[in-house]
Amino acid sequence: MRLVAEGLAALRGERIVFRNIAFDVGAGQALVLHGPNGSGKTTLLRVIAGLLGVMAGRLGLFDDNGDALTDERRDQSLHLIGHQDALRSQLRIYETLQFHAALLGAPVGKIDEAIDAWGLAPFIDLGGGLLSAGQRRRVSLARLTLQHRPLWLLDEPLVALDALTRSRLNEACRKHLETGGLIVAASHEPFLGDRHTLSLGKHI
Amino acid sequence: MRTFGALIWRDVLLGMRASGGAALSASFFALIVVLMPFGLGPEVTVLKAAAPGMFWVAALLATLLGLERVLQPDAEDGTLDLLRLSSLPLELVVVAKIAAHWLTSGFIISLIAPLLAPFLSLEGDAVWILALSLFLGTPGLSAIGAAAAALGTSVQRGGMVLAILVLPLNIPFLIFGSSAVATAQLNENPTQALIFLTACSLLALVVGPIAAAAALRLNED
Repeated sequence: MRLVAEGLAALRGERIVFRNIAFDVGAGQALVLHGPNGSGKTTLLRVIAGLLGVMAGRLGLFDDNGDALTDERRDQSLHLIGHQDALRSQLRIYETLQFHAALLGAPVGKIDEAIDAWGLAPFIDLGGGLLSAGQRRRVSLARLTLQHRPLWLLDEPLVALDALTRSRLNEACRKHLETGGLIVAASHEPFLGDRHTLSLGKHI
Repeated sequence: MRTFGALIWRDVLLGMRASGGAALSASFFALIVVLMPFGLGPEVTVLKAAAPGMFWVAALLATLLGLERVLQPDAEDGTLDLLRLSSLPLELVVVAKIAAHWLTSGFIISLIAPLLAPFLSLEGDAVWILALSLFLGTPGLSAIGAAAAALGTSVQRGGMVLAILVLPLNIPFLIFGSSAVATAQLNENPTQALIFLTACSLLALVVGPIAAAAALRLNED
Protein backbone atom coordinates (compact mmCIF):
# COMPACT_ATOMS: atom_id res chain seq x y z
CA MET A 1 0.00 0.00 0.00
CA ARG A 2 1.18 3.49 -0.80
CA LEU A 3 -0.15 6.94 0.06
CA VAL A 4 0.82 9.78 -2.26
CA ALA A 5 -0.04 13.47 -2.13
CA GLU A 6 0.94 16.22 -4.55
CA GLY A 7 0.28 19.93 -4.21
CA LEU A 8 -2.44 19.26 -1.67
CA ALA A 9 -4.47 22.16 -0.29
CA ALA A 10 -7.48 22.20 1.99
CA LEU A 11 -10.04 24.75 3.01
CA ARG A 12 -11.75 25.07 6.39
CA GLY A 13 -14.51 27.61 6.34
CA GLU A 14 -13.09 30.55 4.43
CA ARG A 15 -9.49 29.87 5.29
CA ILE A 16 -6.84 27.87 3.48
CA VAL A 17 -5.30 25.79 6.26
CA PHE A 18 -2.48 24.37 4.20
CA ARG A 19 -1.37 24.23 0.61
CA ASN A 20 1.30 22.71 -1.54
CA ILE A 21 1.66 19.65 0.65
CA ALA A 22 3.44 16.69 -0.89
CA PHE A 23 4.44 13.35 0.57
CA ASP A 24 4.90 9.75 -0.42
CA VAL A 25 4.45 7.09 2.25
CA GLY A 26 5.14 3.50 1.27
CA ALA A 27 4.65 0.17 3.00
CA GLY A 28 6.38 0.05 6.37
CA GLN A 29 6.84 3.83 6.52
CA ALA A 30 5.60 6.39 8.96
CA LEU A 31 5.03 10.10 8.46
CA VAL A 32 4.87 12.34 11.50
CA LEU A 33 3.16 15.71 11.10
CA HIS A 34 4.46 18.61 13.15
CA GLY A 35 3.25 22.16 13.35
CA PRO A 36 1.73 24.73 15.66
CA ASN A 37 -1.92 24.63 16.76
CA GLY A 38 -4.21 25.36 13.86
CA SER A 39 -1.65 24.50 11.21
CA GLY A 40 -3.94 21.86 9.75
CA LYS A 41 -2.63 18.57 11.14
CA THR A 42 -6.07 17.24 12.03
CA THR A 43 -7.49 18.61 8.79
CA LEU A 44 -4.83 16.77 6.79
CA LEU A 45 -5.61 13.50 8.58
CA ARG A 46 -9.31 13.95 7.88
CA VAL A 47 -8.56 14.74 4.25
CA ILE A 48 -6.53 11.54 3.97
CA ALA A 49 -9.41 9.63 5.55
CA GLY A 50 -11.74 11.03 2.92
CA LEU A 51 -13.89 12.79 5.52
CA LEU A 52 -12.98 16.19 4.09
CA GLY A 53 -12.65 17.14 0.46
CA VAL A 54 -9.46 18.52 -1.07
CA MET A 55 -9.45 22.00 -2.52
CA ALA A 56 -6.53 21.47 -4.86
CA GLY A 57 -3.89 18.90 -5.58
CA ARG A 58 -4.01 15.14 -5.68
CA LEU A 59 -4.24 12.50 -3.03
CA GLY A 60 -4.21 8.82 -3.73
CA LEU A 61 -4.06 5.57 -1.86
CA PHE A 62 -2.70 2.74 -3.99
CA ASP A 63 -2.69 -0.99 -3.39
CA ASP A 64 0.34 -3.22 -3.90
CA ASN A 65 -0.37 -3.52 -7.63
CA GLY A 66 -0.27 0.25 -8.00
CA ASP A 67 -4.03 0.58 -8.53
CA ALA A 68 -5.81 3.48 -6.88
CA LEU A 69 -8.28 2.43 -4.21
CA THR A 70 -11.94 3.31 -4.62
CA ASP A 71 -13.51 5.47 -1.93
CA GLU A 72 -15.22 2.43 -0.47
CA ARG A 73 -12.04 0.39 -0.26
CA ARG A 74 -10.15 3.37 1.15
CA ASP A 75 -12.71 3.69 3.94
CA GLN A 76 -12.07 0.09 4.89
CA SER A 77 -8.30 0.33 4.64
CA LEU A 78 -7.71 2.85 7.38
CA HIS A 79 -8.12 3.59 11.05
CA LEU A 80 -8.59 7.17 12.22
CA ILE A 81 -7.88 7.64 15.91
CA GLY A 82 -8.76 11.23 16.70
CA HIS A 83 -9.60 13.45 19.63
CA GLN A 84 -13.19 12.27 19.71
CA ASP A 85 -13.44 8.87 21.30
CA ALA A 86 -17.02 7.90 20.41
CA LEU A 87 -17.95 6.93 23.98
CA ARG A 88 -21.34 7.36 25.64
CA SER A 89 -22.10 7.41 29.31
CA GLN A 90 -25.13 5.16 28.69
CA LEU A 91 -23.03 2.43 27.06
CA ARG A 92 -20.63 0.22 28.96
CA ILE A 93 -17.13 -0.03 27.54
CA TYR A 94 -17.67 -3.66 26.61
CA GLU A 95 -20.81 -2.75 24.68
CA THR A 96 -18.90 0.04 22.95
CA LEU A 97 -16.17 -2.39 21.93
CA GLN A 98 -18.78 -4.83 20.62
CA PHE A 99 -20.25 -2.00 18.56
CA HIS A 100 -16.88 -0.90 17.24
CA ALA A 101 -15.99 -4.52 16.39
CA ALA A 102 -19.21 -4.80 14.39
CA LEU A 103 -18.51 -1.53 12.56
CA LEU A 104 -15.03 -2.76 11.67
CA GLY A 105 -16.27 -6.22 10.70
CA ALA A 106 -13.98 -7.74 13.32
CA PRO A 107 -14.58 -11.22 14.75
CA VAL A 108 -16.00 -11.22 18.28
CA GLY A 109 -12.93 -13.08 19.56
CA LYS A 110 -10.80 -10.03 18.80
CA ILE A 111 -12.58 -8.05 21.53
CA ASP A 112 -10.83 -9.96 24.32
CA GLU A 113 -7.52 -9.60 22.53
CA ALA A 114 -8.01 -5.83 22.33
CA ILE A 115 -8.96 -5.67 26.02
CA ASP A 116 -5.71 -7.43 26.93
CA ALA A 117 -3.58 -5.45 24.51
CA TRP A 118 -4.61 -2.06 25.90
CA GLY A 119 -5.30 -3.03 29.53
CA LEU A 120 -9.01 -2.21 29.43
CA ALA A 121 -10.10 -4.97 31.83
CA PRO A 122 -10.40 -2.81 34.99
CA PHE A 123 -13.05 -0.50 33.50
CA ILE A 124 -14.75 -2.78 31.01
CA ASP A 125 -18.11 -2.62 32.84
CA LEU A 126 -18.14 1.12 33.43
CA GLY A 127 -20.13 3.60 31.41
CA GLY A 128 -18.12 5.79 29.05
CA GLY A 129 -18.73 8.90 31.14
CA LEU A 130 -16.72 7.61 34.10
CA LEU A 131 -13.42 7.19 32.30
CA SER A 132 -10.39 9.46 32.49
CA ALA A 133 -9.00 11.07 29.35
CA GLY A 134 -6.23 8.48 29.08
CA GLN A 135 -8.65 5.58 29.59
CA ARG A 136 -10.95 6.98 26.92
CA ARG A 137 -8.03 7.22 24.53
CA ARG A 138 -7.10 3.59 25.27
CA VAL A 139 -10.59 2.47 24.26
CA SER A 140 -10.09 4.27 20.94
CA LEU A 141 -6.68 2.70 20.45
CA ALA A 142 -8.27 -0.72 20.97
CA ARG A 143 -9.78 -0.33 17.49
CA LEU A 144 -6.26 -0.76 16.08
CA THR A 145 -6.21 -4.27 17.56
CA LEU A 146 -9.81 -5.15 16.73
CA GLN A 147 -9.27 -5.15 12.99
CA HIS A 148 -6.17 -5.04 10.83
CA ARG A 149 -6.23 -2.09 8.48
CA PRO A 150 -3.07 -1.08 6.64
CA LEU A 151 -3.19 2.70 7.12
CA TRP A 152 -3.25 4.17 10.61
CA LEU A 153 -4.09 7.86 10.98
CA LEU A 154 -3.24 8.92 14.51
CA ASP A 155 -4.12 12.39 15.77
CA GLU A 156 -2.01 13.32 18.80
CA PRO A 157 -1.83 9.67 19.87
CA LEU A 158 0.34 10.32 22.93
CA VAL A 159 -1.91 12.89 24.59
CA ALA A 160 -3.14 11.81 28.05
CA LEU A 161 -1.48 8.40 27.85
CA ASP A 162 0.55 7.03 30.75
CA ALA A 163 4.06 5.63 30.32
CA LEU A 164 2.92 2.01 30.05
CA THR A 165 0.35 2.77 27.36
CA ARG A 166 2.84 4.91 25.47
CA SER A 167 5.23 1.99 25.28
CA ARG A 168 2.36 -0.28 24.24
CA LEU A 169 1.44 2.15 21.48
CA ASN A 170 5.04 2.46 20.32
CA GLU A 171 5.32 -1.31 20.27
CA ALA A 172 2.06 -1.68 18.32
CA CYS A 173 3.22 0.93 15.80
CA ARG A 174 6.60 -0.74 15.40
CA LYS A 175 4.92 -4.09 14.70
CA HIS A 176 2.48 -2.47 12.30
CA LEU A 177 5.32 -0.93 10.31
CA GLU A 178 7.31 -4.17 10.32
CA THR A 179 4.38 -5.99 8.75
CA GLY A 180 4.12 -3.45 5.96
CA GLY A 181 1.62 -1.05 7.47
CA LEU A 182 1.54 2.72 7.02
CA ILE A 183 1.23 5.34 9.74
CA VAL A 184 0.51 9.04 9.46
CA ALA A 185 0.55 10.68 12.87
CA ALA A 186 0.14 14.24 14.05
CA SER A 187 2.14 14.96 17.17
CA HIS A 188 3.61 17.80 19.17
CA GLU A 189 5.98 15.39 20.84
CA PRO A 190 8.65 13.20 19.29
CA PHE A 191 6.90 10.09 18.01
CA LEU A 192 8.14 6.91 16.31
CA GLY A 193 11.72 8.20 16.35
CA ASP A 194 10.56 10.86 13.88
CA ARG A 195 11.76 8.91 10.85
CA HIS A 196 9.95 11.09 8.35
CA THR A 197 8.44 14.34 9.38
CA LEU A 198 6.38 16.94 7.62
CA SER A 199 6.13 20.43 9.06
CA LEU A 200 2.88 22.20 8.50
CA GLY A 201 2.21 25.86 9.02
CA LYS A 202 5.17 27.46 7.33
CA HIS A 203 4.04 26.89 3.76
CA ILE A 204 1.52 29.68 3.95
CA MET B 1 -25.74 -7.00 7.85
CA ARG B 2 -24.07 -7.48 11.21
CA THR B 3 -22.98 -3.86 11.17
CA PHE B 4 -26.55 -2.78 10.38
CA GLY B 5 -27.97 -4.88 13.22
CA ALA B 6 -25.29 -3.74 15.66
CA LEU B 7 -26.07 -0.09 14.91
CA ILE B 8 -29.80 -0.58 15.50
CA TRP B 9 -29.11 -2.50 18.70
CA ARG B 10 -26.75 0.17 20.02
CA ASP B 11 -29.17 2.99 19.23
CA VAL B 12 -32.09 1.14 20.81
CA LEU B 13 -29.97 0.53 23.93
CA LEU B 14 -29.08 4.22 24.04
CA GLY B 15 -32.72 5.12 23.44
CA MET B 16 -33.91 2.95 26.32
CA ARG B 17 -31.22 4.23 28.71
CA ALA B 18 -30.94 7.90 27.80
CA SER B 19 -33.05 10.33 29.77
CA GLY B 20 -34.57 11.85 26.62
CA GLY B 21 -35.34 8.46 25.12
CA ALA B 22 -38.14 5.95 24.78
CA ALA B 23 -39.64 6.46 28.24
CA LEU B 24 -39.89 10.21 27.75
CA SER B 25 -41.46 9.90 24.32
CA ALA B 26 -44.07 7.35 25.49
CA SER B 27 -44.97 9.20 28.67
CA PHE B 28 -45.19 12.52 26.81
CA PHE B 29 -47.66 10.91 24.40
CA ALA B 30 -49.68 9.45 27.27
CA LEU B 31 -49.69 12.76 29.14
CA ILE B 32 -51.02 14.78 26.21
CA VAL B 33 -53.86 12.29 25.74
CA VAL B 34 -54.66 12.11 29.44
CA LEU B 35 -54.64 15.92 29.84
CA MET B 36 -56.88 16.49 26.85
CA PRO B 37 -60.24 15.67 28.55
CA PHE B 38 -59.43 18.23 31.26
CA GLY B 39 -59.17 20.89 28.62
CA LEU B 40 -62.06 19.79 26.44
CA GLY B 41 -64.53 18.94 29.20
CA PRO B 42 -66.35 15.67 29.85
CA GLU B 43 -68.77 15.89 26.91
CA VAL B 44 -68.49 12.51 25.13
CA THR B 45 -69.43 13.80 21.69
CA VAL B 46 -66.76 16.50 21.88
CA LEU B 47 -64.12 14.02 22.98
CA LYS B 48 -65.10 11.58 20.26
CA ALA B 49 -64.89 14.24 17.60
CA ALA B 50 -61.49 15.42 18.84
CA ALA B 51 -59.99 11.97 19.46
CA PRO B 52 -58.51 11.11 16.01
CA GLY B 53 -56.79 14.46 15.59
CA MET B 54 -55.64 14.63 19.20
CA PHE B 55 -54.06 11.20 19.12
CA TRP B 56 -52.20 12.04 15.95
CA VAL B 57 -51.03 15.46 17.12
CA ALA B 58 -49.79 13.80 20.30
CA ALA B 59 -47.93 11.19 18.23
CA LEU B 60 -46.36 13.89 16.05
CA LEU B 61 -45.07 15.79 19.06
CA ALA B 62 -43.91 12.67 20.89
CA THR B 63 -41.88 11.36 17.95
CA LEU B 64 -40.29 14.80 17.66
CA LEU B 65 -38.74 14.43 21.09
CA GLY B 66 -36.08 11.86 20.35
CA LEU B 67 -34.90 13.40 17.09
CA GLU B 68 -32.08 15.35 18.66
CA ARG B 69 -30.60 12.04 19.77
CA VAL B 70 -30.61 10.50 16.31
CA LEU B 71 -27.50 12.07 14.78
CA GLN B 72 -26.39 15.08 16.84
CA PRO B 73 -24.54 13.19 19.60
CA ASP B 74 -22.84 10.92 17.05
CA ALA B 75 -21.64 13.93 15.11
CA GLU B 76 -20.28 15.46 18.32
CA ASP B 77 -18.51 12.43 19.76
CA GLY B 78 -16.91 11.12 16.57
CA THR B 79 -19.13 8.07 16.12
CA LEU B 80 -20.27 9.51 12.82
CA ASP B 81 -16.69 9.37 11.49
CA LEU B 82 -16.51 5.70 12.43
CA LEU B 83 -19.82 5.08 10.70
CA ARG B 84 -18.57 6.82 7.57
CA LEU B 85 -15.43 4.68 7.62
CA SER B 86 -17.42 1.44 8.06
CA SER B 87 -18.55 -0.86 5.26
CA LEU B 88 -22.12 0.36 5.63
CA PRO B 89 -23.22 3.00 3.08
CA LEU B 90 -24.26 6.23 4.75
CA GLU B 91 -27.83 5.79 3.46
CA LEU B 92 -28.12 2.46 5.30
CA VAL B 93 -26.60 4.03 8.40
CA VAL B 94 -29.50 6.47 8.32
CA VAL B 95 -32.01 3.65 7.74
CA ALA B 96 -30.67 1.92 10.87
CA LYS B 97 -30.95 5.19 12.77
CA ILE B 98 -34.56 5.61 11.60
CA ALA B 99 -35.38 2.04 12.62
CA ALA B 100 -33.90 2.56 16.09
CA HIS B 101 -35.71 5.87 16.53
CA TRP B 102 -38.99 4.31 15.46
CA LEU B 103 -38.56 1.32 17.79
CA THR B 104 -38.04 3.67 20.72
CA SER B 105 -40.81 6.12 19.80
CA GLY B 106 -43.47 5.40 17.16
CA PHE B 107 -43.58 1.66 17.73
CA ILE B 108 -44.07 2.04 21.49
CA ILE B 109 -46.66 4.76 20.91
CA SER B 110 -48.67 2.51 18.59
CA LEU B 111 -48.59 -0.18 21.29
CA ILE B 112 -49.82 2.03 24.13
CA ALA B 113 -52.35 4.03 22.10
CA PRO B 114 -55.17 1.42 22.50
CA LEU B 115 -54.73 1.57 26.28
CA LEU B 116 -55.29 5.32 26.19
CA ALA B 117 -58.34 5.15 23.90
CA PRO B 118 -60.92 5.39 26.74
CA PHE B 119 -59.59 8.80 27.79
CA LEU B 120 -60.95 10.28 24.55
CA SER B 121 -63.95 7.90 24.33
CA LEU B 122 -62.56 6.11 21.34
CA GLU B 123 -64.38 2.80 21.00
CA GLY B 124 -64.80 -0.29 18.87
CA ASP B 125 -62.85 -0.83 15.67
CA ALA B 126 -61.56 2.74 15.72
CA VAL B 127 -59.22 1.75 18.58
CA TRP B 128 -57.49 -0.83 16.44
CA ILE B 129 -57.47 1.41 13.40
CA LEU B 130 -55.75 4.04 15.56
CA ALA B 131 -53.05 1.55 16.55
CA LEU B 132 -52.69 0.38 12.96
CA SER B 133 -52.51 3.91 11.57
CA LEU B 134 -49.83 4.86 14.10
CA PHE B 135 -47.94 1.66 13.29
CA LEU B 136 -48.01 2.46 9.55
CA GLY B 137 -47.48 6.20 9.79
CA THR B 138 -44.85 6.71 12.49
CA PRO B 139 -41.96 5.11 10.50
CA GLY B 140 -42.44 7.94 8.00
CA LEU B 141 -42.34 10.49 10.82
CA SER B 142 -39.02 9.03 11.97
CA ALA B 143 -37.66 9.14 8.42
CA ILE B 144 -38.57 12.80 7.89
CA GLY B 145 -37.20 13.54 11.33
CA ALA B 146 -33.89 11.85 10.54
CA ALA B 147 -33.46 13.95 7.39
CA ALA B 148 -34.11 17.10 9.41
CA ALA B 149 -31.78 15.87 12.16
CA ALA B 150 -29.03 15.40 9.57
CA LEU B 151 -29.48 18.98 8.43
CA GLY B 152 -29.49 20.01 12.09
CA THR B 153 -26.12 18.44 12.92
CA SER B 154 -24.41 21.64 11.86
CA VAL B 155 -26.58 23.64 14.26
CA GLN B 156 -25.64 23.25 17.90
CA ARG B 157 -28.64 22.35 20.05
CA GLY B 158 -30.94 22.68 17.09
CA GLY B 159 -33.98 21.24 18.84
CA MET B 160 -36.46 23.98 18.01
CA VAL B 161 -35.07 24.34 14.49
CA LEU B 162 -35.79 20.65 14.05
CA ALA B 163 -39.40 21.09 15.16
CA ILE B 164 -39.95 23.93 12.70
CA LEU B 165 -38.41 21.90 9.86
CA VAL B 166 -40.23 18.70 10.63
CA LEU B 167 -43.77 19.61 11.61
CA PRO B 168 -44.94 21.11 8.28
CA LEU B 169 -43.71 18.01 6.46
CA ASN B 170 -45.75 15.86 8.81
CA ILE B 171 -49.09 17.41 7.81
CA PRO B 172 -50.02 14.62 5.32
CA PHE B 173 -49.51 12.04 8.05
CA LEU B 174 -51.78 14.02 10.36
CA ILE B 175 -54.49 14.30 7.69
CA PHE B 176 -54.54 10.69 6.56
CA GLY B 177 -53.86 9.22 10.00
CA SER B 178 -56.65 11.05 11.75
CA SER B 179 -59.07 10.62 8.84
CA ALA B 180 -58.52 6.85 8.96
CA VAL B 181 -59.49 6.84 12.63
CA ALA B 182 -62.42 9.22 12.06
CA THR B 183 -63.72 7.01 9.25
CA ALA B 184 -63.54 3.96 11.49
CA GLN B 185 -65.50 5.87 14.15
CA LEU B 186 -68.32 6.20 11.62
CA ASN B 187 -68.16 2.45 11.03
CA GLU B 188 -67.00 3.01 7.49
CA ASN B 189 -64.06 1.46 5.70
CA PRO B 190 -60.80 3.31 6.50
CA THR B 191 -58.72 1.42 3.92
CA GLN B 192 -58.34 4.37 1.56
CA ALA B 193 -56.90 6.70 4.17
CA LEU B 194 -54.65 3.93 5.47
CA ILE B 195 -53.29 3.32 1.97
CA PHE B 196 -52.51 7.01 1.52
CA LEU B 197 -50.90 7.06 4.95
CA THR B 198 -48.74 4.05 4.08
CA ALA B 199 -47.79 5.67 0.79
CA CYS B 200 -46.62 8.82 2.63
CA SER B 201 -44.65 6.64 5.02
CA LEU B 202 -42.98 4.65 2.23
CA LEU B 203 -42.13 7.79 0.30
CA ALA B 204 -40.54 9.32 3.40
CA LEU B 205 -38.62 6.09 4.05
CA VAL B 206 -37.11 6.23 0.57
CA VAL B 207 -36.40 9.95 0.35
CA GLY B 208 -35.47 10.50 4.01
CA PRO B 209 -32.30 8.35 4.11
CA ILE B 210 -31.03 9.70 0.78
CA ALA B 211 -31.61 13.29 1.87
CA ALA B 212 -30.09 12.68 5.30
CA ALA B 213 -26.97 11.03 3.87
CA ALA B 214 -26.51 13.90 1.43
CA ALA B 215 -26.90 16.43 4.25
CA LEU B 216 -24.33 14.59 6.39
CA ARG B 217 -21.79 14.59 3.57
CA LEU B 218 -22.44 18.27 2.96
CA ASN B 219 -22.09 19.27 6.61
CA GLU B 220 -18.51 18.13 6.78
CA ASP B 221 -17.11 20.65 4.28
